[in-house]
Amino acid sequence: MTGAVVVAAYALRESLRRRVFAVVALLTVAFLFLYRLGARRAFEETAGVLPPDGVEPQTVVGATLVGLSMFATLFLGTVLAVFLTLGAVRGDAERGLLQPLVVRPLGRTTFLLGRFLGAASVCALYVLLVYGGALLITREAGDGWTPDRVLLPGLELAAAVVILVALSLLGSTLLSATANGIAIFMLFGAGLVGGLLGQIGEAISSPTLERVATRTAWALPFEALYQDGLRRLTEEATGVTRFAVQLGPFGGGQDYGAWLPAWALVYLAAVLALAALAFSRRDL
Amino acid sequence: MTALRTEALEKRYGATHALKGVDLELGEGELLGLLGPNGAGKSTLVKIACGLVRPSRGRAWVAGAPAGSREARAALGYLAELFRFPGWCTADEVLTLHQRLAGSGGGERERAELLDLVGLTDARRRKVEAMSKGMQQRLGIAQALVGRPRLLVLDEPTSALDPAGRRTVRRLLEEVRSRGISVLLNSHLLSEVELVCDRVAILLGGEVVAAGTPAELQRPRGVELETSAGTRLVEGAGRDDAARLVDEAVRSGERVYGVRLLRSTLEDVYLDAVGQAE
Repeated sequence: MTGAVVVAAYALRESLRRRVFAVVALLTVAFLFLYRLGARRAFEETAGVLPPDGVEPQTVVGATLVGLSMFATLFLGTVLAVFLTLGAVRGDAERGLLQPLVVRPLGRTTFLLGRFLGAASVCALYVLLVYGGALLITREAGDGWTPDRVLLPGLELAAAVVILVALSLLGSTLLSATANGIAIFMLFGAGLVGGLLGQIGEAISSPTLERVATRTAWALPFEALYQDGLRRLTEEATGVTRFAVQLGPFGGGQDYGAWLPAWALVYLAAVLALAALAFSRRDL
Repeated sequence: MTALRTEALEKRYGATHALKGVDLELGEGELLGLLGPNGAGKSTLVKIACGLVRPSRGRAWVAGAPAGSREARAALGYLAELFRFPGWCTADEVLTLHQRLAGSGGGERERAELLDLVGLTDARRRKVEAMSKGMQQRLGIAQALVGRPRLLVLDEPTSALDPAGRRTVRRLLEEVRSRGISVLLNSHLLSEVELVCDRVAILLGGEVVAAGTPAELQRPRGVELETSAGTRLVEGAGRDDAARLVDEAVRSGERVYGVRLLRSTLEDVYLDAVGQAE
């Protein structure tokens, strides 16, 4: 474990010195600035609108905005996850950075675990901070409005990014850095499309589309976790308000049941085990 | 105990047979030079010893432990042919990282000693990206020596060095050998190998085609006679023929200015071995 901590610390220092954080921090500040601007305007403009009977406008606007922020946070977290891990194995081996490290006694699995711990902790912390920041902005702009659940959606979002870190590490054992980056963003996109298909399927009552969405979400549990977090924002909303939230592009989410956390853990362990196996069999 | 031993080592990359049953042994404190043209299997052999590549058949041991095992990796230091350290690291940080990974308790003293050994004391706080290729190569050698390994594996360690840098590395290798560390040196520079290595193994097409000490591998080339009639080479003649050749020259009225016994250089041996096998 000591070896894994040394590698994790090395990966963190590498990210700091390579200014990955600086780039992501700039993007984040830009996002939060725009989000604050948008949130204020959205709440201000809906304050003067007479809502239909039974609709709570603050809940509809707040949930949609936080849903948007969750999507943006997941995207930024994915960018960070990919940047931190895309060349961790094959890319670094091709550049000659990996060989001096893996001939040391720590072993390949420990090395991989270290890279995972470093990237996963940074990405999870980052996601929680951005999510928390977006919630504070929404609360301030929405006159104290908060979602029904605050902590669990944030944790699910962080878990989603941790799964993407693991997938990117697995990809780095098989693909070159560029190919891996593209593959992870395509997986992210596939998950997103699956979620949208589910929403469309629900709106038009298409069991086929809903089934496709469900299977995609179980195959790519980062999407299921995101959808589940989205659902929890308005868990207690009912009636027309709930319907209005579900109509929006970031509304509603899906309930994947009590087995989702367990499946996410099994999935994560399986991806990491595959990555360790692929790395152990790779000639460098 | 031998520092490195390979037994019928084979490696296939798809249809390519990179190693075809290599048997090799490197003793304690011995410096073995690995020679051969590109594609001979030298780097594959080195990588198997370091646990970077898995053999298809046969076995390799480092300090008595199977190559690639934790014990084997703890006993070796390695400088890859194509290596790179993170540009943002200083020389001191590179060595600190490797001390941690190798579990070395040498601390600052070991780092200072290694940087001094490779002539980088003044560059201790310099970032890798601000170093010349030669300096990086010397830092690579220092990195390989972290934790006092029993076997030092150097893959083309002087490829980026100028003549002065090469001489520094030669002295360094002599210093390393005097400390009882065994060295496996993979190099294209025959003169360098000839100067520092105790033994040489020539690889061609994945097989060892010649092996021995440089003296064992070299053969008499003849006797060169410098007389008033000019300089001539008597091929095939040896030490025992020298007196007779001088006598004959004097009898025929020539004035003898010099006699030299010629032996083949390692380059001749190498070219013979490679040529014959081809």
